[in-house]
Amino acid sequence: MMNYIKLIVLGLITLLAMIAANYARDLAYLVNALTVMLVAGGLFLWTLRRTDEKVPAAELATSYNDGVVRAGVIATALWGVVGFLAGTFIAFQLAFPVLNFEWADGFANFGRLRPLHTSAVIFAFGGNALLATSFYVVQRTTASRLWGGNLAWFVFWGYQLVIVLAATGYLLGATQSKEYAEPEWYVDLWLTVVWLAYLAVFVGTIVKRKEPHIYVANWFYLSFIITVAMLHVFNNLSIPVSVFGSKSVQVFAGVQDAMTQWWYGHNAVGFFLTAGFLGMMYYFIPKQAERPVFSYKLSIIHFWALIFIYIWAGPHHLHYTALPDWASTLGMVFSVVLWMPSWGGMINGLMTLSGAWDKLRTDPVIRMMVISVGFYGMSTFEGPMMSIRAVNSLSHYTDWTIGHVHSGALGWNGMITFGALYYLVPKLWNRERLYSLSLVSWHFWLATIGIVLYAASMWVTGIMEGLMWREVDANGFLVNSFADTVAAKLPMYVVRGLGGVMFLTGAIIMVYNLYMTATRSPAVDADSAAAHATPAE
Amino acid sequence: METYSLLRQFADSWMLLALFAFFVGMIVWVMRPGSSKVYEDVSNIPFRHDDKPAATKEART
Repeated sequence: MMNYIKLIVLGLITLLAMIAANYARDLAYLVNALTVMLVAGGLFLWTLRRTDEKVPAAELATSYNDGVVRAGVIATALWGVVGFLAGTFIAFQLAFPVLNFEWADGFANFGRLRPLHTSAVIFAFGGNALLATSFYVVQRTTASRLWGGNLAWFVFWGYQLVIVLAATGYLLGATQSKEYAEPEWYVDLWLTVVWLAYLAVFVGTIVKRKEPHIYVANWFYLSFIITVAMLHVFNNLSIPVSVFGSKSVQVFAGVQDAMTQWWYGHNAVGFFLTAGFLGMMYYFIPKQAERPVFSYKLSIIHFWALIFIYIWAGPHHLHYTALPDWASTLGMVFSVVLWMPSWGGMINGLMTLSGAWDKLRTDPVIRMMVISVGFYGMSTFEGPMMSIRAVNSLSHYTDWTIGHVHSGALGWNGMITFGALYYLVPKLWNRERLYSLSLVSWHFWLATIGIVLYAASMWVTGIMEGLMWREVDANGFLVNSFADTVAAKLPMYVVRGLGGVMFLTGAIIMVYNLYMTATRSPAVDADSAAAHATPAE
Repeated sequence: METYSLLRQFADSWMLLALFAFFVGMIVWVMRPGSSKVYEDVSNIPFRHDDKPAATKEART
């Protein structure tokens, strides 16, 4: 019966997508409508083939739903390489403008590829990492299977569709010009549907938990899901110009729009890239170190302090603008206060290793996790400092900001995700161990040196260009033209690109290592698997 | 009074107080007597049920 409803819905979507493609007013909309048509039509055929077939009764309650986690792990690794590749390429486009090929103008120039890079690394790589790990962690820490049956699969594939629609849209020029919220109105609506389904799966699993206490990692994941839903809806309030076109007009205007954007933008950092990834930290570091978190009390205080303070920090993106002074001061003060919970969390993560520091010598995976927490500490010190108005007057609009973002994103988000992937793949594919630990070490050093090159070159070029911009002669005239600063930055741009090459190489080594782990590593033999399956204690 | 001023006044007074009280109350709650034992137990949650869901409502055996 359910399949008949699915067939009707999928058939209608296919038909509507055909109509939309026929009337499409711009190329991006046309391509997106055709994509939706192909996906819905394909799903229609797939469902049709399976309708009225016998479904084998599976023993669902006695196993975890790990299929969707495996899919999420694969998607994370592959989107990661795509995102890093795009980033490295646009880094060289900035250093050598000739790479903005004339034949690809309007599709593959820096302006089109830049949102592709940011969305690929944040939402495709980071988002899939959060999906996969949250589904893995919530099942283990509530001791129950994911709620909602195949709804988790809907979330996974629905999210991949968001990524594909957004990415093709960027290349063809569909953007609402809001940083990190570039996708146009119909992609926003679809993401809202997918995200609510994600929330339902996560909360449903927590509600039917067998473990009475909700483990702290789940609190972080849940705050990430709820807050991102709220941010996404408010920042994307817009009215489409036509239902058959990708262009839409924002409901807010002027400084209200700017403030909503940076309320969204900063909390995307705070809740997507911080709270969600802290959920990873609170599960995978204790697991890899084989000891419980340093202080559970501190983790609760960390949680509430972080979410109470982060939500106010957005205005620091709008110093010296039309935003009222009191609002930008508020944002600045909360950003500085935020330093405390951030470092509380960092200390909690690092001290989890107390008594097990020797593992750093033997286990490159835990080394990766520790350096990620180190980078978290570094960028959560740098961030509050840059939010102070006087510092911001030097750093804003310069490459320093880009360096700061990347020490957080590559160092903290990237490294903790790599650590989680190295932990998950042997578990999920039932392997005894990773294929090669020395390849993990190679990945570790390539990535670390790559980040150091990236961050250091951006400090140099950022501070240099900030100083050059404000330099005036004795008569009060500006000394440097903008083009002078661009010329002076070339060597640092090349160093930054090389850092990107190293980081990308490390990620490719990881993909190879994970693939070999899943296919070639010795399998866990039946006896020890059975012994392993009995509950601990 | 227009909506902005009304909400602004509320945010600056009662809401601020409520959030602050919640925050302080949370810290006091975390530090309550006997909490150390409870938290020591729950901090071990990641080390249970690694391979399959718990069978009964009470998971800890």
